[in-house]
Amino acid sequence: MHEMSIAVSIVDIAVKTAQEAEAQKINAITVELGALAGVVPEALEFCFEAACKETIAEGAKLELIRLPALAKCTSCGFEFETDQFLNVCPECKAQVLAAGGQELQVKSINVD
Amino acid sequence: MCDTCGCGEHEDKITYQRPGQTSHSHTHTHGNHEHTHEHNHDHDHEHDHNHNHDHTHPHDHDHGKTIQIETDVMQKNNLLAERNRGFFEARNILTLNLVSSPGSGKTTLLEKTIQQLKDEINFYVIEGDQQTLRDAERINAVGAPVIQVNTGNGCHLDASMINHAVKELNPAANSVLLIENVGNLVCPSLFDLGEAHKVVIISVTEGDDKPLKYPTMFRNSDICIINKIDLLPYVDFDVQVCKEYALQVNRRLQFFELSASKGEGTEAWFKWLKERLHSE
Ligand SMILES: Nc1nc2c(ncn2[C@@H]2O[C@H](COP(=O)(O)OP(=O)(O)O)[C@@H](O)[C@H]2O)c(=O)[nH]1
Ligand SMILES: [Mg+2]
Ligand SMILES: [Zn+2]
Repeated sequence: MHEMSIAVSIVDIAVKTAQEAEAQKINAITVELGALAGVVPEALEFCFEAACKETIAEGAKLELIRLPALAKCTSCGFEFETDQFLNVCPECKAQVLAAGGQELQVKSINVD
Repeated sequence: MCDTCGCGEHEDKITYQRPGQTSHSHTHTHGNHEHTHEHNHDHDHEHDHNHNHDHTHPHDHDHGKTIQIETDVMQKNNLLAERNRGFFEARNILTLNLVSSPGSGKTTLLEKTIQQLKDEINFYVIEGDQQTLRDAERINAVGAPVIQVNTGNGCHLDASMINHAVKELNPAANSVLLIENVGNLVCPSLFDLGEAHKVVIISVTEGDDKPLKYPTMFRNSDICIINKIDLLPYVDFDVQVCKEYALQVNRRLQFFELSASKGEGTEAWFKWLKERLHSE
């Protein structure tokens, strides 16, 4: 489960930024997560709470912005959003590979 | 220990051990996060998963101010990986990061490679494993300096573990450093260690559609080794299909088809390794 390391990295980035801004407490951390970034959102949410313990982010909310990957059918040109790498084109049933969806970024924090 | 997130009492302790040495060192991955927390596994998350994909998020935090960050989560690991990479390049140490499912043949391939080429090449090995020293003992037996990194519950090696292990191993210039990652096709794909190439190994006893099931790993690798080809007559594995799938995910992939234990096909791999080491 690399989600624990990911959660710790997220909290570290947030705490460092908050401390630089002389904030007392982190209320929420907003993270952009692509569908093909290799991180399971539910596992990340679960680990996040543990990663926040005993930091100024304790009790903070994790706001996940989940971004889809995009697939463009090479047979018929149909474009669609997906959260899987391998897809079947809804229009022509051809096999389509997705692109993008790699985002894994701390976007912002809300602090007091 | 918590199965869901892999955090618990002892697993934040990473140990570094060399065969035959009695002492070993520790680092703590989670810095100041010493968490001996109890999870209540039945808590319900109030996170709303029905995000619409436009980026307006009217989450009203009643008070407080919002600070924009836009920092890649992997940034710290990536920066450290680049430092490792700089060190390897300066000393002309060819570093390979071997990744696969458990049992695909990473350790066997390392043993055979070292046995075959040790008169020509100085090898060093970093063994990643959750608990045991077994793989390091196998490498020690074929005569290469090796350090075992036990990751506890951690399912991957990261750049800081490599940084620490390399300091203890102190590899000489113009050598090859082989890193056997923890057996797992998901987690290690996200963590750059500073290697020159990621080498993904798949054995023919696994499904030939594995590249499509674990696309991130195949996309991030440069070399794909198809191992255990001696077993092809007995299994339902189509090498051509596997390669086609892998190439769909990653056009740049270079393939070696071999049997690490029987030796078939290993010549091409040995040749590539020698040429790659001397190409710089
Ligand atoms: N038949 C066959 N067995 C192999 C081959 N390579 C490795 N093995 C066997 O596969 C098992 C797992 O190999 P190991 O190197 O420990 O895999 P690792 O977990 O990836 O390090 C061992 O029993 C090896 O003997 C091969 O080329 N052919
Ligand atoms: Mg092994
Ligand atoms: Zn189509």
